[in-house]
This record gives sequence, structure tokens and C-alpha cells, in this order.
Amino acid sequence: MQATTHNVAHGGADEAHHHEPGFMQKYVFSTDHKMIGIQYGLTALVFLLFGFCLMLCMRWQIAHPGQPIPLVGHLLERVLGDVAKDGKMSPDLYNSFGAMHGTIMVFLAIVPLAFGAFGNYVVPLQIGAPDMAFPRVNMASYQFYVLGGIIMFVSFFIPGGAAQAGWTSYSPLATSIPTHGQAFWLIGMVFLISSSLLGAVNFIATIIQLRAPGMTWMRLPFFVWAQFVTGFLLLLAFPPLEAAGVMQLMDNLFGTSFFLPTGLAVGGRLADISGGGSPLLWQHLFWFLGHPEVYVLILPGMGIVCEIIANNTRKTIWGYKSLVYSVLAIGFLSFIVWAHHMYLTGMGTKISAFFQTTTMIISIPSVILLTCFFISLWGGSIRFNTPMLFALAFLPMFGIGGLTGLPLGLAAADLHLHDTYYVIAHFHYVVAPGTIFAMFAGVYYWYPKMTGRMMSEFWGKVHFVGSFIFMNIVFQPMFFQGMAGMIRRMADGGANYSAAHNPGAIGGLSASMMGLHSVILWGAVGLAVSQIPFILNVFISMKNGKPANDNPWDATTLEWQTPTPPPHGNFAHAPTVYRGPYEYSQPGAKKDFTPQNQA
Amino acid sequence: MEIPYTTKPRPDTGLYNAKVGIWLFLASEVMLFGALFSSYILLRVGAFVENWPHGLLNVPIGTVNTIVLIVSSITVVMAWASLKMKNFGKFKFYQAITVLCALMFLGIKSFEYRDKFTHYEVWKTDGTRMTGHIEGKPMFLTLAKVKAAGKEKIGFIPDPYHYSASKEVKHTAKEHPGEHKTVEIAVSEIKRLSAFVPAHSTYFAIYFTLTALHGLHVLGGAIVIGFLFGPGSKMWHSDPERFTNRVEVAGLFWHFVDLVWIFLFPVLYLL
Amino acid sequence: MSEHPYDISKHIRGYLIIGGALILGTVLTVLASFIDLGHHWNVVLALVIATVKASLVALYFMHLISEKQLIYTVLGFTAFFFIGLMFITIAAYHDHPALTTTN
Repeated sequence: MQATTHNVAHGGADEAHHHEPGFMQKYVFSTDHKMIGIQYGLTALVFLLFGFCLMLCMRWQIAHPGQPIPLVGHLLERVLGDVAKDGKMSPDLYNSFGAMHGTIMVFLAIVPLAFGAFGNYVVPLQIGAPDMAFPRVNMASYQFYVLGGIIMFVSFFIPGGAAQAGWTSYSPLATSIPTHGQAFWLIGMVFLISSSLLGAVNFIATIIQLRAPGMTWMRLPFFVWAQFVTGFLLLLAFPPLEAAGVMQLMDNLFGTSFFLPTGLAVGGRLADISGGGSPLLWQHLFWFLGHPEVYVLILPGMGIVCEIIANNTRKTIWGYKSLVYSVLAIGFLSFIVWAHHMYLTGMGTKISAFFQTTTMIISIPSVILLTCFFISLWGGSIRFNTPMLFALAFLPMFGIGGLTGLPLGLAAADLHLHDTYYVIAHFHYVVAPGTIFAMFAGVYYWYPKMTGRMMSEFWGKVHFVGSFIFMNIVFQPMFFQGMAGMIRRMADGGANYSAAHNPGAIGGLSASMMGLHSVILWGAVGLAVSQIPFILNVFISMKNGKPANDNPWDATTLEWQTPTPPPHGNFAHAPTVYRGPYEYSQPGAKKDFTPQNQA
Repeated sequence: MEIPYTTKPRPDTGLYNAKVGIWLFLASEVMLFGALFSSYILLRVGAFVENWPHGLLNVPIGTVNTIVLIVSSITVVMAWASLKMKNFGKFKFYQAITVLCALMFLGIKSFEYRDKFTHYEVWKTDGTRMTGHIEGKPMFLTLAKVKAAGKEKIGFIPDPYHYSASKEVKHTAKEHPGEHKTVEIAVSEIKRLSAFVPAHSTYFAIYFTLTALHGLHVLGGAIVIGFLFGPGSKMWHSDPERFTNRVEVAGLFWHFVDLVWIFLFPVLYLL
Repeated sequence: MSEHPYDISKHIRGYLIIGGALILGTVLTVLASFIDLGHHWNVVLALVIATVKASLVALYFMHLISEKQLIYTVLGFTAFFFIGLMFITIAAYHDHPALTTTN
């Protein structure tokens, strides 16, 4: 490893001696997977908070349409100008925030956190490798991610503001909006996709090539398997979106008609284009990424949950092999379910039947995964520390999110539920109390390895209880609103369609449904407040936390068998692996855990 | 601890790291170009025949470019084989040809692009349309620009024959070539005016997107191969095995770029 | 990677032959485009020639004819997903009720 780092600095000359890397080389242009993982993690957490703040503003606007946003309204007006006149959120700004909330949360927060941060930090350690296979590619991947993030962020401040066509950017809407936000979005996406591709190549190559002696495929910790499949999803599903992004960029900048049909009228006038394109083509290419992307968001979370459950039940995980085969099956099937997002595009019955079938099939391995985790709890003497609480909360939360997805996968039910708040509630249950809880669990679990200090258990539990309660207050009402027919992406929160606004009309949204907006708003505020202990905990524990030894959780996997924090090159000697990943409470063993590298 | 298998193959996979990496990368490239090819098919199948131009590209030039790229593909594999036979001089010779071929390909391509930017189609309000050049050979002219310039007429030099998706029409048109002289077209009679730029039609849109993306790959490959030919070749003296691997990996990428063009050429130029 | 230098020099003849075949294929495909076989058959012929050429490049220049299992596996899945993307998208387009009822 040392030689590789030197190659960067000295243009390929091999030098025998080594010296302390300077500040820039150590913290900014680092090629060490651990530093890159931490860089990814901090950046992603900042974006996570930012995306959440956008949503807080939107929830205020939904609950109190047209009223100035308290606290930040005038700041928004000063920074963004007329779109936030008098501190009120205009519909254009609402659309921008909505589109960017989705984009930031998916592409700039969760994926980098789940894949870039935890994957980078933990995978090489868990397989007993000194670093990633291509350290400089790893660095480039992080830099592309930052560039993409900057482009996305800057787009808020250009005239006309950021992209407004939703995170799905459906054409022709995305091309018809006469601002440059969409172009920024697309260019940003090209960088983010390139970053993910470089990361994916690196992860897969690392897991295939750099496993320590004795680390056979069936001895890999499940987290590594989850990252491996995630890598393939990113590798093969992202390029079609990159192609689609390039084509939409051509539509926006060079006036082509890839996704614009003949006879398209914008604002009541025939658009000056050649026509001949297909709006559905965008949707196909987008969802060809979009659905595997869902599993990109959830699989690393499942990997983390698996590690933590095994560790804190002090038992071998139940059905390790079924977990592995299920995750492989999910990876494979996720490429052939994408058009279940498109039932309402006038899809014919044959194709619709195909996608309904594959969608129902893919729920089976997901259920197997969840069942294995539940059965693993059976008969365990469970340690309820903070990471375990988050991991345990993940199970029912993901369960709710997954099961409410089934009606959406069937065309008949989807006709009613499509594009309502029900859909929002469904996928947020998967990603927010699901994946984000897993991410929190991961932070609490691996923090001692990264910093050498434990996070505060008390404040961790406060964080957990607050987050758990308020997450459910935020998302549970949306199921009801959705089933009552509340459509998503309305800048006034559906006030126009309320019974109060349309007296006598049938099917108006009732006052109780509209009233739930207030509940959600205050739930979201409570959720924001609950994050304060977490943020303080992360920073204060760095200095004042209880010092952690090399293996504070008494874990078996290899990342706990190195010094804390691990040195450059990770292991003093290449570890040899003798056993499976979760050998807890083995009969006859001296301790209740047997590390993988113990002969 | 050093990163293992940077040069030597890992026993159970039989591969060194970079080779795994490049094939994974190429797999993602297959999906990238695959998605664009799928789009091409979908757009073409959905297009009205008269809106999918045919025969507007210069086939002889395209053929020459194809052969240039094939030659570079041969030389790149010969360069690698020369290194395997420990013949550094021959490696340099072959790799120089590869870089020259890459530059030649890009040069020819940009000449083709320029040619298209000055070639126009006019859709007239009476429903007729014709292709040709505008007097003064302007680039990227549009109807809006003509109107903004306050012109009432444009001098148009029609092509000797009109294109059509149906070959029969094209052949009969060749037998009766049109007059090769300037006609005046009143701006008021023009419904649409476009050079052969991406906005002209979905055909040119996909043509420019595919060839530009491919061109970027050629450029990237040329830079990498140029580096291995120039400053990067120092490694031959310090770590010949690793250098040979690098050349092999760069070569794999280059072959892939060639392979994409093998499909692009018939699909865009001939069909 | 323990090929003997002798092996390589034998390969070189092969590379040149393949290169010749590729150039020949290019000329053939251009010539074939001038023969009118009916549009569909012209398309089929051109794509067959292109596939043969691409296979030659992949098999011999990229050494796929004697590659390791791992790479076949990766490429196999890639090919499957690519074909899935292409055919399902096109099939979905043709299964569009509006199109099937008006035609």
C-alpha cells in the first residue's frame, strides 16, 4: 500500500522509505479506504440533514399553504429571491425543493452513506484486505461525488432555481420547464453516476480479489455479501440512466426530441422541435435504474442489521445460506421488475402481467431475509444497546414498508394508489425508518472502530426513542391520506381538493385528512429535534467518549481483530480465516465469541 | 501490508486485480451503449419512415474511419504481444501507430461533423422539403436566426437528389439528378429550417449522441495509450510485468471502443 | 500468464489474420448495403456481419476465447440484463393498448 501512495506523489518512482503524509494527502487527497469512508460518511450526513431541512420547509407549506415559513422564511427570501417572497414558499420553490429533496436523499445521502461510507470503511477490513483494490480510483470516486454534490447545491442559486420536475425528472415536463435547473441536475447526475460506477468496480474487484486466505465465499460476513450485490446493481443499472441523462441533456441543451413526442404543445403553443421521440423511453430507462436503486438503498442496511443482530444476540445468524441466496436472488430479480412503476402509462396486459409476476416473486427473498433476522432473535440473550435498538426497529419498519408495497405491485390496486401519499408513506417506510435506522445503527456500531471512543449510550437511547416515535408520527398518517385519495406533489397540500374548498362536491378531502398535515408537520419538527442528541453525540464523543478497546462489542468479524483505529494497511500481518462469520457462543469455546481468524 | 495481486494473478480466480476491474468497467459500458442502442431501435421503430433520414452520411469516409479503427485495434494487440516477447522497441512502434490512428479517427470525425453543420434541410409550408446548402455556407442557421436577421429570402443550393428511407426513390432520383444551382426561397414559405444538427430529427439526435459519446471514449483511450507510450513507459524498466498488464488492460478498453464502432458504423451509416 | 514467447509469436499470425478478416468484413458490409434485399434482410445481413466482426474482436483480440470463468459469469449476467432491457422495453412499446387497438 505504501508504495502505491508514493506513486501518486512521485510520479511512479518506487521508493523504499516512507514518511508521514502531509495534511492534504492525509485528509483531502487520501487514498486510504478508511479516510475515504469517513469523508463519504461526513459529506453524506451533511446532505442528509440538508435534504431533511428542505422537507421541513415543504411540510410547513403543506400544512399552512401560503403562510411565511417561521425562522427561515426571510433567510430563504434573501438567498433565493422572489421565489420566496415575504418568506412564503411559491409553487415553483416547492417543486424545486421536492425534486431536490428526493435527489439529495437518494443520490447524495443514502447511497453514499450506505455504499460509499460503510462499504468503504468496513468491507476491506471485514475481508482482511489492506485496502481497496484500486485506491486512487476510490479517491476519484469520492471526488466525483463531491463535484456532483456541488453542482446540485449550486443549482439552487442560479436564476430560476434548481430542477423542478421531481427526482424522477419525467419528460416532457423536465424539458419544458424554461429554467436551467434541469441541466444542472443532469450534469450533476452524470458526475454522481460516474462516482457510483467507479465505486462499484472497486468494491466488486476488492471483494473478489482481496479476500484474505481462508476467507471463502461462504465465510464472508453478510454485510460484505450485501455490498457485493449492491455493487453489481450500481454497475449494471446505473449506465442506462446515464444514457438517458445524456439524452435528456441533449433535449434540454441542443433541442433534440429523444423524449418529446411529435405535436408536443407547451403553454398552448406547438413546440419548435422535430418530434418523433418517446416520453415512455425515459421512464423505462429511468426505472431500469430506479428499481435496482431501491435495493441499493436497502441491501447495505440489511447487511448492517445482520451484523448487529448476530453480535448482540450472541448467536449465529439463523439461515446464513438462505440469506446469501436471497440477496443474490433479489439482485438478479431487481433488474426485471422496473415497469411496475409504470402501470398507469397505458401499459398493455401482457407486459403488465409479466411485471406483476416478477414483482410478486421478488417479495419472496425479501421476506426470507426478514424472517431469518426475526428467527435469529429467538432464544437469544439480547443486549439492548443503541445499535441493537436501531437494528431491531429496522425489522418492523422495513416490514411495514415492504408489505405496503405489495398492493402497489399489482396493477389493479395501483390504479387507485398510484401517485398518492400512500406511495410516499410506503417507500419512506422502507428508506427512512428502514435504511436510515440501519445507518444510525451502523454509526453507533462502528464509531468505536473509527475513533477509538464509544458514543454515549444514554444520548443514543434518547436519539432512538425520539426518532422511532416521530418517524411513525410522520409517515403513518400518510397511508390514510393516500388511501383517501390525496395526490402527492401538490404545493398547497391538496387544499384545492378539500371538502372545505369545494362544498357539496363528492370526494373532497375531509377536514380530518387535511388536519393530518399538522400532525405530520409537528412530527417532522419532533424528528428534527430528536436528531440534536445524535449530532452532539458524534462530535462530543470524539473527545470525551469512553475509550474503546480493539473489540468493544466482543465481535467475531475481522474488522474487530485489528488495532483501533486501524493503521494504514489495516493488518500488521495478513490474517488467515478459519471459520464462519458469526461463531458466537460455540459449545466448548472459552469465550462466547470465536473470531474468524482464530485457528 | 501491501495490496496483493496487483501483478500476479490470484490463484483461485486466475486474474490480477486490474483485469477484473477493466472487465467490470466494460460490463457497465455494455449497459451504457446497450441502453443507447435500445433507444435507437425504439425511436426508429416508432418513427415515421419519412422522418428517419437515410443516406445522408458519407459512406466512403465512414468506411475509411472503420478501417482506421480496426488497424489501431490490431496494432494495440501487437504492441502487447511485443511486450510479452520482451521487445520494447516494437511495442513503441505499434503503440505510436495506435495513437496516430486514434487521432486520425477523431480528425476525420470532426471533419464529418463540420460537414453536417453546414448541410441543411428546408421544410416548406406547402409540404415539400429538400436538402442542400445555403449560400455563404453558414453553420447552425435556424429559421429564428434568419428571421431575426431580417432576411426575406435565402439562396439555397439543393442536393442533386433527395434522400428517402425507401431506396427505390433514391435510385430513381439519381437517374434524374436535379439541377445543381441556387434557388431562392422566400422566408415566408419556410416552415422549418435546420442544419444536420442533433435537433434536425431523432435520427441525427441519436447519431450525434452515439458518435460523440464514442468519440469521447476514443479520446480517453488515446490519452491512456499515449501515456503508456510516453511517460508511462518508464515502468517497463522498473516493473515490466506490471507494465505489460497495464498495456493489456488499456488494450482491452481500446478493443471495446472498436467493437462499439463495429456496430455503430452499419447501424448509423448503412441501414 | 506463463505463456512461452513461442506461443505469442504463433498468436501474432492469428492477430493479423483476424485483422484482415475485420477489414474484409467492413468492405463486405458496405457492399452488401448496395444490394437491395428488401429492407428487413439488409438489416439482418448488416447486423450478422457486425456481430461476426464484434465476436472476432471479443474472442481473439480481447482473448475471450480463453478467459477465466469469473469473467464469463460477469459478462453473461450483463448480456442477460442488456437483452432484458432492450426486449422488454420494445415489447412494452408494442403492447401499448392504444397502438394495438388502432392498428
